[in-house]
Amino acid sequence: MPTALTRADVARIAELARLDLTPEELDLFTRQLGDILGYVEQIRDLDTTGVAPTSHVLNRPVERPDLVVTPLSRPDALANAPDAAPEAGLFKVPRVL
Amino acid sequence: MAASPVQTARRMAVDIATGAQSAAEICRAFLERIHVEEPRIGAFNLVADERALARARAIDAERGRGPGLPLLGVPIAVKDNMCTAGVPTTASSRILRGFVPPYSATVVERLESAGAIVIGKTNMDEFAMGSSTENSAHGTTRNPRDLTRTPGGSSGGSAAAVAAGMVPVSLGSDTGGSIRQPAAFCGLVGVKPTYGRVSRYGLLAFASSLDQIGPLAHTAEDAALVLQVIAGHDPRDATSSSETVPDYLAAIDRGVAGLRIGVPRAFVGNGVDRDVQQAFDDALARWEGAGARIVDVALPHAGHAIPVYYLVATAEASSNLARYDGVRYGHRAVSRQGDGLQQMYDRTRDEGFGAEVKRRIMLGTYVLSAGYYDAYYLKAQQVRTLLRQDYEQAFDQCDVVAMPTTPTPAFKLGEKTDDPIQMYLSDVFTVGANLTGLPAISAPAGLSADSLPIGIQLTGRMFDEATLLAAARSLEVD
Repeated sequence: MPTALTRADVARIAELARLDLTPEELDLFTRQLGDILGYVEQIRDLDTTGVAPTSHVLNRPVERPDLVVTPLSRPDALANAPDAAPEAGLFKVPRVL
Repeated sequence: MAASPVQTARRMAVDIATGAQSAAEICRAFLERIHVEEPRIGAFNLVADERALARARAIDAERGRGPGLPLLGVPIAVKDNMCTAGVPTTASSRILRGFVPPYSATVVERLESAGAIVIGKTNMDEFAMGSSTENSAHGTTRNPRDLTRTPGGSSGGSAAAVAAGMVPVSLGSDTGGSIRQPAAFCGLVGVKPTYGRVSRYGLLAFASSLDQIGPLAHTAEDAALVLQVIAGHDPRDATSSSETVPDYLAAIDRGVAGLRIGVPRAFVGNGVDRDVQQAFDDALARWEGAGARIVDVALPHAGHAIPVYYLVATAEASSNLARYDGVRYGHRAVSRQGDGLQQMYDRTRDEGFGAEVKRRIMLGTYVLSAGYYDAYYLKAQQVRTLLRQDYEQAFDQCDVVAMPTTPTPAFKLGEKTDDPIQMYLSDVFTVGANLTGLPAISAPAGLSADSLPIGIQLTGRMFDEATLLAAARSLEVD
């Protein structure tokens, strides 16, 4: 059984999940995620030796011909962007470097 | 001729095709009803009244020139997580505020091709994460049967809109019970089709291996009519099935004679409200009286379905919701001095998502992270297999499995908002169908002592929606 979830663990998960949580959210989620993990622990006692996992109920390969189709137009793709340079056909984001 | 909100969608489409009723008059009647009811119910995020009326007038103008379409002129409400070209689609999230999709979901295209008129987008728990429609950036939807109670969730707006007579039928999506639980709470028929029966193209993804779109309606016949239109293979959704779509309406009156109804007594016996238990037993007795046979089945792992569901669904959600990053659509946090790209992502997502969505993204991220994957996610997938085997064994002895849809009738608004686990447990009977991919229906099964609707759920074999619809139909009083 994993050790209880700490506030530092929750801060690390938030970083992985790209969420800038407030100190209040960190406190709340430390308690609530701990409770939820405590609840889901029950399945760890089940014997699943040799049981294949189900990731999907339709475990079959899906193939289709590799055909070129008309994609979403560039103006349509940019129309919902919070910031864009439509004339250049680009999304704009804050400085990366 | 004035449209009555209680007439069926099937009747409406026939009357419009023959000219007995005008599509525009029907559309205006429902818009008027929305105008009256919406302030107290709050079912809609958006009502596309002008667009709807224009389509209705076009239908009236072209009437008689082609064959009668199955949903000709029928107003329909669509849950706000299905894309509608040119009409804002938000999933009731601040992070998608202002998003106007450049394309429509396949289900929306199919409805419109069948003559239906999308009259509005309905409120929901944000990204379909919730069981009460209280997790919405657009406010809470109230149950038309009792305004102090939830209509259920996450398709609460779609259920409330139909229950209040604001539309004859609606579409919801169901990842863990989000069509069936609101249908039960609002006294409607709700269908979660077999996984792959209905295209998910244009549905904003929550948990891709569990999500399905389905209808909510007053009658099994109207649910069948809508399912008929939206079911079938779609090359744009690789998980949609090529299995032939049967004629659901042709099968609807075939009754339940000879049907073997399996009841998992040991599982159902746990913590079910007394009125719900009574309604459940009464419905079984009615089916038995109509020629069905009640048999005992065991679903030994059904009690573990909620933990499995919350591990699988949150893992998939944490991945699916990674796309909301403030770059291509929706909300972006205002830049602060010195902010780089990472800070923009992190603050956009913290501002844009509500508490339940963040909770689930966090849980999903954790269970997929190094060191915990095997203990939680892989283990849950293995128990998912055991649950599928439970149902396979049950279907050796029966044709459908019956349970109450929910342990209690509609609960009070605010009653479970501070306790995520209590909220999750309201889905105890519904998540099994999503984890196994099996089709399931919730049908009205009477009222509680407080006059609150109670639903009964049937789960069927893969692609056997017809049997579920016929059984639901047999409970309806003619």
